Order: sequence, then C-alpha cells, then structure tokens
Amino acid sequence: MSNEATLHSQQEVMHGAAAHGHGHDDHEHHHEGGFISKYVFSMDHKTIAKQFLITGILWAIVGAFFSVLFRLQLGFPDTTFPWLESILGHWAKGGHISPEAYYALVTMHGTILVFFVLTAGLSGTFSNLLIPLQVGARDMASPFMNMLSYWFFFMASCVMMCSLFVQTGPASGGWTSYPPLSALGDASIGSKIGMDLWLTSMALFVVSQLLGGLNYISTILNMRTKGMSMTKMPLTIWSFFFTAVLGVLSFPVLLSGFILLLFDRHAGTSFYLSELFVAGKALSNEGGSAILYQHLFWFLGHPEVYIIILPAMGMVSEVMAVNARKPIFGYLAMVGSMFAIAILAFLVWAHHMFVTGLNPFLGAFFVLLTLLIAVPSAIKVFNWITTIWRGNIRFTPGMLFSIGFVSTFISGGLTGIWLGNSSIDIHLHDTYFVIAHFHIVMGVSAFLGLFAGVYHWFPKMFGRYLNNTLSYIHFWITLVGAYLIFWPMHYEGMAGMPRRYYDYSNWESFKQFGDLNHFISIVVIIVFAAQLLFVFNFFYSVFKGRKLTTTNPWNATTLEWTTPINPGHGNWPGEIPEVYRWPYDYSKDGVDFIPQTVPLSKDEEAAGGH
Amino acid sequence: MSGYLAVLVVVLIFIVIFQIAKASEYVSILKGEKKSRQQSNRVNGFLMISFLVLGLIGVYYCNDLLRGKMGSGAASEQGEGIDSMIMWTLVITGIVFVITQILLFWFAFKYQEKEGRKAFYFPHNNKLELIWTVIPAIALTVLVAIGLRHWFRITSEAPKDAMVVEITGKQFNWLIRYPGKDGQLGRKFFKNINEATNPVGQDWDDELNKDDYMATEMHLVVNKPVKLIIGSRDVIHDVGLSHFRLKMDAVPGIPTTLWFTPKYTTAEMKIKNDNPDFMYEISCDQMCGAGHYSMKANIVVETQAEYDAWSAKQKTQFALAHESAAPAAPATPVADSTQKAVAVNVVKH
Repeated sequence: MSNEATLHSQQEVMHGAAAHGHGHDDHEHHHEGGFISKYVFSMDHKTIAKQFLITGILWAIVGAFFSVLFRLQLGFPDTTFPWLESILGHWAKGGHISPEAYYALVTMHGTILVFFVLTAGLSGTFSNLLIPLQVGARDMASPFMNMLSYWFFFMASCVMMCSLFVQTGPASGGWTSYPPLSALGDASIGSKIGMDLWLTSMALFVVSQLLGGLNYISTILNMRTKGMSMTKMPLTIWSFFFTAVLGVLSFPVLLSGFILLLFDRHAGTSFYLSELFVAGKALSNEGGSAILYQHLFWFLGHPEVYIIILPAMGMVSEVMAVNARKPIFGYLAMVGSMFAIAILAFLVWAHHMFVTGLNPFLGAFFVLLTLLIAVPSAIKVFNWITTIWRGNIRFTPGMLFSIGFVSTFISGGLTGIWLGNSSIDIHLHDTYFVIAHFHIVMGVSAFLGLFAGVYHWFPKMFGRYLNNTLSYIHFWITLVGAYLIFWPMHYEGMAGMPRRYYDYSNWESFKQFGDLNHFISIVVIIVFAAQLLFVFNFFYSVFKGRKLTTTNPWNATTLEWTTPINPGHGNWPGEIPEVYRWPYDYSKDGVDFIPQTVPLSKDEEAAGGH
Repeated sequence: MSGYLAVLVVVLIFIVIFQIAKASEYVSILKGEKKSRQQSNRVNGFLMISFLVLGLIGVYYCNDLLRGKMGSGAASEQGEGIDSMIMWTLVITGIVFVITQILLFWFAFKYQEKEGRKAFYFPHNNKLELIWTVIPAIALTVLVAIGLRHWFRITSEAPKDAMVVEITGKQFNWLIRYPGKDGQLGRKFFKNINEATNPVGQDWDDELNKDDYMATEMHLVVNKPVKLIIGSRDVIHDVGLSHFRLKMDAVPGIPTTLWFTPKYTTAEMKIKNDNPDFMYEISCDQMCGAGHYSMKANIVVETQAEYDAWSAKQKTQFALAHESAAPAAPATPVADSTQKAVAVNVVKH
C-alpha cells in the first residue's frame, strides 16, 4: 500500500491550514522569498531545525575538541605539545596547558555540550522538525517566535564565542559556576569579564529556550490534525512535549539565580556572599548563602538532564519500532513513565547537594524520590527490550544507534542508583565515578539518541541518504570507544579520585591511575576522529548524498513520510492528511505497516490509546 | 614537522575510508537495495553479538586490572558501612546490568531481519509491565532502607568523647586548628584574619583562643572518634577523605561538620597497602580555582601516646602571633604544603 495512494485518497475537510494562513491556495507562492527569508531569517520550522542542527554540530566540534585538549593534559602530563602554544598562545606556554586554561577548557566543554549541543542542538532540532510534521500542522503556532528562538540562541552563541577570546579568558569555575568562585574576579581569572559574558550568553539562551518551548507546547496542544488525539501521537511528540514543559518551568528559575549572581558581582549585594577574605582583604559582604545558588541552579540543573535525555528517549522509541517492524511495547506505559520522570525531575534537585551540609532529614526525602526515578526508567528499558523481542530487525544506522542508546542508558542509569543513595554519594560525590555516570547516561546516551535521530530523519531533512558504510564505522567506534573511555573511570572514582584536577602526579592516593589516564586519552582522540568522520559524512551527503526515490524510505507509519520528498513551507501541497490510528501499526494482521492515514477497516480493533 | 606528518596521515586515512565507503555505496546500488540490506544486516548482527561477548569479557578483565588500584578498603568505621552499601548495590545493579545487556544484544542478534520472518505484533501486556514495575520498586525500597540507615548513622551527632579539629579551606590549602588543652575552640571572625599571624581570624579577647594551636598536618588518634568543624575563608571547598570514604563541603559563612573513627594508623596502612609512601590525604573535592588540584593536606593517624607527644610540642597561635608582632618577623606557622606542591608543578613544567 503506497503512501501516495493513501495521501491522494484523503478527502477530508481542510483542517488547521486556514488557522494560520497557509491554506493550500496560497501555498504555491509561499516559499518564493529571497535567499535571506528562505535560509537565514526563515520562519519555516524545517529550516529552523536545520539551523539548530548545524549550529549544534559546529558547537559539538568545539566542545569535543576542548575535551581532547584537556585530555592531553590528563593523559600526557609530562609531554609538551608545541602546537598547543601556537593555537592557545600564553595559555599554553612551552606547549603545556596552564591550570587556568585547563579549567577554562573544562568549563566550556561542559557549558557547550550541555546547553548548546544537547539542549539546543538536540531538542531544538528535532522538536522543530518533527512536531509540525508528525502532528500534522503546517508550521509552529508562532513561526515568528520560532525564528526568534533560533536567533536568540545564535546571539547566545556569539557572546559565548566572544568570551573565548577575551584577555582574561572565558568562565572557568565549572559549568555549574558556583559562587563565591564565580562571583569574585579576585578568586579566579575566569570570574572576571569572562563570567559576565557567560552569564549574558546564558540569559540569551534561556530566552531562546522559552520562546521555543512555549511554541512546542502550544503547537502540540492546539494544532494536531483531525483525528490526531493525544494518544495517537508518536512517542517522539510526547517526549518533546514533556521536554518543553520541563524547560518552561525550570529555565526561569535558573535565570533568577543568574540575575542574583550578576547583582552580587556588580551591585554590591550579598545574596550568595558571606564572610569572605579574598586576595588579602576581608570583603564587606555578610549574611548571604552560597548554597542558595546551588538550590536555584539545580532546580533547573536536574530537570535539564531530562530535557536532554527525554527527546532522545522519544526518538529511540520511534526508530526502534520502525526498524524492528513491531509496535513499541507498552505505549501508554511509555507515556506514563515519561510523565512520571517529568514530575519527579522537579523533586530531586538536592541530590546534587548531599555533601553541602544539607539537613540529613531533608536529604532522606531526596534519596527516596531520586531512587523512585529508577522505576519509570526501568519500565522504559524493559519496554525497549521487549520491542525488539521477536521483531524483524533492520540494522539501519538509526537502529544501531538506538540499540546503543539503550545499552548506555542501562549502564549509566544503574550507577545513578549508586549515586542517588546519599550514603554512597558521600564517598563518590565529585569523583570520576560521577564523571563516568553522567557522561554515559546523559552524554553518550543523548548523543547516541541524537545520532539515531539524525540518521533516521536525514532523508526527510535533505531528501538524501547519509553514506551507510561511514555510518556503521561511526557507530561502532563511538559505542566501543565510549565504553572504553568511561567504564574504567568508575574504578578511579571508587578510589576517591576527584574530578576537575589538572594533575594527579603529586597525589599518593591517585597517581596509580596515570597509565589508565594515558589510555583513556588515546581512545578520546580516536573517538573524536570518528565524530569528524560523521561531520564529513553529514555535510558531504547534504549536497552529494544518494537521492531519495520514495517519500517513505523506512516504510514508517507516521505523518512526516506522507509529505513530498522535499516539502515546501506548509509541508503538504494539498490538504493536511487526517489520522485514523495510532502510529505503531507494524506487522498487524500480517501487514508490514499501516500508515496513520489509513482508516480502520470494519472489523479492525484500534490498538494503543483509544 | 612530525605534527604536519601526523595530520597528513590522518587525512590520508580519512580519504581512504571515504573512498571505500563511496565504493561500497555504488556496489550496494548495483546489488540492489534488498540484497545489500541483508548483507549489512548480517554483518551488524554478528558485530552485535561479538560486542556483547567481548564487552562482558572486557568488564571482567577491566575489573581484574583495576581492582588492585583502589586501595585496601575503607579506613574508618563509617567508611566500612559505605563499602558494604556499595557491595550490596553492586550486586543488585550488576545482576540487572548483565541480564539486560545480554537480552538487548542477544535479541538484536537473534531477531535480525530474515527472509520469511514475521515480526510478532505485541503492543502491550499488563502482566509483564506490572512485573517490571513492582520488582524494581521492591529492590529500590530495600536499597533506600539500607542506605538511609547508613546515612542517618553517618550524619548523626558525634559522640561526646570525640576529639574536635577545625579545618578551614582557603585558596589553595587547608588551615587546621586544634582546640588545645581546654578542648574548646575559641571564637573567630573573618575580619580579624591576618595572613601572617592570624590565618583563621581568631579573636584574641576570647580566653578559649589562648591555647588553640594551628597545624600543618592533621594528627588523629586511631580508634578515637574525631569531629571536624569545617569552614572556608573564600570560596567553596570540600574536605575529601577518600580513604575514610567521606567528604563534606567547606562553605564560607556556613560551618559544616563531619565525624568519623579512623581504624588504622598511617603505619598500619603502609603495610596494608604495601606502599611505604602511603599517606592519608585530604583532597579538595569542590572546584575552587586554578590551584584546586594542588589543595592537599596530610593526615597522620597514630596511637594516643604518639599523638600526645606531638600535641605537647605544638606552639599556640596566640604565642606565635604575639612574638611575631615585632616588625618584619617572618614566622608563619602555617607552612604551606600546597604551595610546595604548586612549586613542584611549576618547576616541572
């Protein structure tokens, strides 16, 4: 049953189109704007998605390259690299990264990857691309706000990029920027102008997230095509929905924390400062609480990790179902567990603060709530595994990355059970165990989910395929490399080896891991090279990749594959298709797949949500 | 020169990989989409199962290789509780890890696309979902219960007979103050701080301060509980006690505490770890600036007799401050161990 046939068989009333002025009469003329309005200040959600993706890729290269630089220091503390001096100047005198530069690199690595790549680059790209396409809308609720969302992100990027080049260097107090370190220029060189730029950039970033998030929510709630009830939405849309809600509710809190920090820095207030003696003199600040900032920060900071991982979960669910040729197992349980995760995300922030002197009684509640998150996470994992059970699996690159995602999500999720338990956290807090845990569960997993999404929807974005062989090489090096890098770090952490150290060679307790650090750094360089292979594959295929010959290359059921190969602004040249069934009718009654646009036959029972 | 060569080699490797990738794409077009998909399916299916097998062997090998480097286990009573807690958690999460990874990769391998295979339409099953909601919930309840028991024990009030030591973080070393004979620490105020004579800002009007002394190393008595009063002069630091399995933030303006009972003397640990250089080290575990990595102080755990002998030799800070009140007296009792560490680094680089 071809999709063209089903598309043309649609005889439904015009729905949604008139509401925002993209009725199909004026559609033919719609995207005849000039280069600027088509590619730069575009209001087409698909173009904005590509802008987010490409900006994200560029930032990912920068962020990952920074990790290569500081891994050189950790893996080869006694070697000099003269070329470092040529690119970093006095930050790497004699070919050796200085401690100040090391901490700046670490801080920027975290900031860039958490916010600019895995938040903007991941949910920015795929929420924009998939929400209108999969719910059956011609564009976002407010295409203009959507455009602003990207350009605020662009401005945030510019400011952050500038901060890398100022005399005193960028922020260097860690991506969490705890005061007083981040509040006092005398305490750290990175807390001078670099920190102001960091805060400005992050404020712009929050604006971008809010503009985007409000759009995603209103589009999903109001602009679904006829028949697309909430329970007929693909899990991708559910995940973007919860992600946007988390962002809208928590980013403003982060912004408030940043504004207080700015006041402390420049207006002489004492929100976070008390009883300080810095650079040879006592400061006048009294009565503030440095811990207050941590509460404000982690009230976003913890939901933030779910903002990163939920879209990946949604995309992986979709890609797995398509390529296993089976419905996702337990659709409602998947939605329910995402809902539970979204609620619990707001109730666990203080588990980042077990050793700040937090009231132990209060800590007990955070232990309970934190470990509770493992239940919906476990449900999701078992449901994914059951989804591939007795499937007929096609190992497309998207599918490989999805399986990789489940594997790393299990590995990193299980160590979360260690760290969420406060008594273990007293020992493992701020050690390499934490590095291993969050890199596997939200760094590597989110990247694998992101790659699954890119490989799966690249044909929709550009009307071409990525090269398969390069994709397979990319996948296997990334998965194996990620485990080789982060698995041994658990052992360093259990020995108590602290994170964010420039050099361990003077520590009797930690210097035995020198060889291991050396090994890890070598793997980091190889994995980084493999990512460059992907970047090359991406840009090459945008222009030269094998062209699509069918609108539905993966034989999927969802609406985005009912659009033309290169859809214009407005997505569907004719009417928006109507939806009759849930998105996971794969292998039902012996039929390989039944698109959502096909009406139920007479004696057929609807599956999934009703 | 060798740098350029390395870049050239990498670029060449890239080009070779790319050419192969392109050629294989042409071949797959020639072969037909279906056939090439079947072939790549077989290859990746095989890699899936190989990854599982090699990965599990790797996990075992890695453990074999690194287990010995983690030291001889906890050196405090509280730490032993944490170690046993880790053991329980490791067993439970380890079982789940092995089972789920085996299922994941085994299913991926077993149910790869085959001619004639039909996927099984299996949208949901309430019983199964109930099982894997309830079992994790029970396992987690057990872990929470054991964990909180340790947590409350560790964070409980220190025993009355515990010795008291104050430790204050500053960029980038630790200031250690003992209460002296009276067992009570004197008042301090941050505006009294004087780098040379009064590093923590003791108030000399307070009689309790007269016998307090500062130390460059923390001396503790084996099997005697110790309560640390933790503070900071500038930014947030963290007293990291890896061998005792404990840590606590040092927050400016908000004192925190931590108590524990060391179980082995430094001398015993040297034998236990088979390392004559073994030293209990306090590491700073909260990012505190450019010298964070060098913020170290040593702990010496010793017998009561050794401790008493050491303690008797210490000069009170009050005395030091007042004899060095004479102009240009350089005597600063807090010899800066970390400055030395930094210096070593600077020289080395």
